[in-house]
Amino acid sequence: MLSSQVNATVDGGLNQDTLRREARRETWKAFALLSPGMAVVCLAILVPIGWLFALSLFDEQGRPSFENYARLVEQRSYIQTFITTFQIAFTVTGVCIVLGYPLAYMLSQLPRRIAQIGLICVLLPFWTSVLVRTYAWLVLLQRRGLVNTWLTDLGIVSQPIAFINNFNGVVIGMTHILLPFLVLPLYASMRSIDKDCLRASLNLGASPIAAFWQVFLPLSIPGLVSGVVMVFVLSLGFYITPALMGGGRVVMWAMRIEQTASLYTNWGAASALGVVLLVTTLIILGLFQWRLGSRAAAAWNAR
Amino acid sequence: MSRDADLPISHWSRLWLYCFGALILFFLIAPSVIVVVMSFSGSSFLQFPPQSWSLRWYTRYFESMEWREATGVSLKVAIMTTLVATPLGSAAAYAVNLKTLRYGNVALAVLVSAIIIPVILIGIGVFFLYARLGLNNTFTGLVIAHTALALPLVVMTVLAGLRSYDMDQERAARSLGATPLRAFIEVTMPQISLSIIAASLFAFITSFDEVVVSFFTSGGDMSTLSRRMFTSLRDEIDPTIAAISTCLIILSVILLSVAHLVGASRTRES
Repeated sequence: MLSSQVNATVDGGLNQDTLRREARRETWKAFALLSPGMAVVCLAILVPIGWLFALSLFDEQGRPSFENYARLVEQRSYIQTFITTFQIAFTVTGVCIVLGYPLAYMLSQLPRRIAQIGLICVLLPFWTSVLVRTYAWLVLLQRRGLVNTWLTDLGIVSQPIAFINNFNGVVIGMTHILLPFLVLPLYASMRSIDKDCLRASLNLGASPIAAFWQVFLPLSIPGLVSGVVMVFVLSLGFYITPALMGGGRVVMWAMRIEQTASLYTNWGAASALGVVLLVTTLIILGLFQWRLGSRAAAAWNAR
Repeated sequence: MSRDADLPISHWSRLWLYCFGALILFFLIAPSVIVVVMSFSGSSFLQFPPQSWSLRWYTRYFESMEWREATGVSLKVAIMTTLVATPLGSAAAYAVNLKTLRYGNVALAVLVSAIIIPVILIGIGVFFLYARLGLNNTFTGLVIAHTALALPLVVMTVLAGLRSYDMDQERAARSLGATPLRAFIEVTMPQISLSIIAASLFAFITSFDEVVVSFFTSGGDMSTLSRRMFTSLRDEIDPTIAAISTCLIILSVILLSVAHLVGASRTRES
């Protein structure tokens, strides 16, 4: 017994001990470096959301129940909110694809130097406050705003069109804000498509249109999907633009949460709405990760 | 560069694409440009192009006690958030990059979770918690919440920098007798400094432009600029906000240019 211990020490056990101690110290160091950041995230993200989750499981008398969740599927006004939210999210995503795909395609085909200038036009709004951009649209689209003035002066319409305080206004504003989220990953993934593939297909007799549909488009799908998921998920939880441009008539999910919490001070119901929104978001992101996780991640990293 | 060489498709046949692309770029950039021009309008409501020019909305902005205070609060909170989030996020990224922790990836997921959680949820959650802790309408409360929101970008940016850096250099310095801290500051930091600068810009802009959490957790004297703009816009379209917006756009342009320069030199290095 004793001799084996001695042997171990002689055979480098001492060294092993030192190494182990060193490794433990490294672990502690890593832990110590992580903990302040983790503490902040716990305090401002995990604890509040955990608390909301707990609140959602109690009714207004403080008894545990699923009443808050049952109400979401029973009450008409909540169902209407969900319908509006998904309608807007799908419309915004669709418009973003229609506008973003050709833009990203054009930028990816231009020489890098010229594409840089175009990218600045995409990045500048991306870096500008959402509030500023929403304000710009409010100014442009209001009843006596620039767009309506021009339209009436040109004789296109006789009456000013109502752009704000309705569905259209929310869609225009949100599309403008979310478009860069689609264009940037898509552009990056299109840039990484080898032009030789296209050249090869053209050499083999494909028409430029066929080359686009059969070679370029499939290769750009991962980038497109990651942009689409980003835009869709962000529009589901969007608050600022619908709150300002919907004029209280277009009530989206996030606004509903805010109203339920601050107007009706029904924290249980607001929390339930929030939990369902979070779970929906996570499911969409999870599906996306599962189906084309690595390829899309590559598209994001290529940024 | 053969890869950038043109495909055998003439620019002429692509004219429609260029026109469409240019239109969309116009759609993206025009609103901001128009607001900037309109903010110099001399009339009592916003016109484009303005009939007369003046700085009246800027005077209104700078003379208003409320707007000035709100701007001050926003600047202070954003600077403090940058000062807190950058070291915290960098330390966390460094720890994750060491790969010595078994649950390092879980920790990373937690740190960046704020980016996928709908911000409205964070807003009401933080308000609810702060109401218990007495942190609503306080500087500390705002900085903590904004730091949590800024951490994902800081961690990801610094982590990207660390991943393209060879940690063996720091190990070499330590084996030559440098203390861990000195090895980090003298060997590692200069090489990831551009990532850290980019990260701090992200932290600043995240805090300065943040609306939803500030809307719930700040008020009264502690109202941030974005909160005051938001509540004001819910009532009316105040032309003063055009002047404020112009200032904010200029700020974005400056930050974007710095980030661009940093990014350019970062790619040159690697």
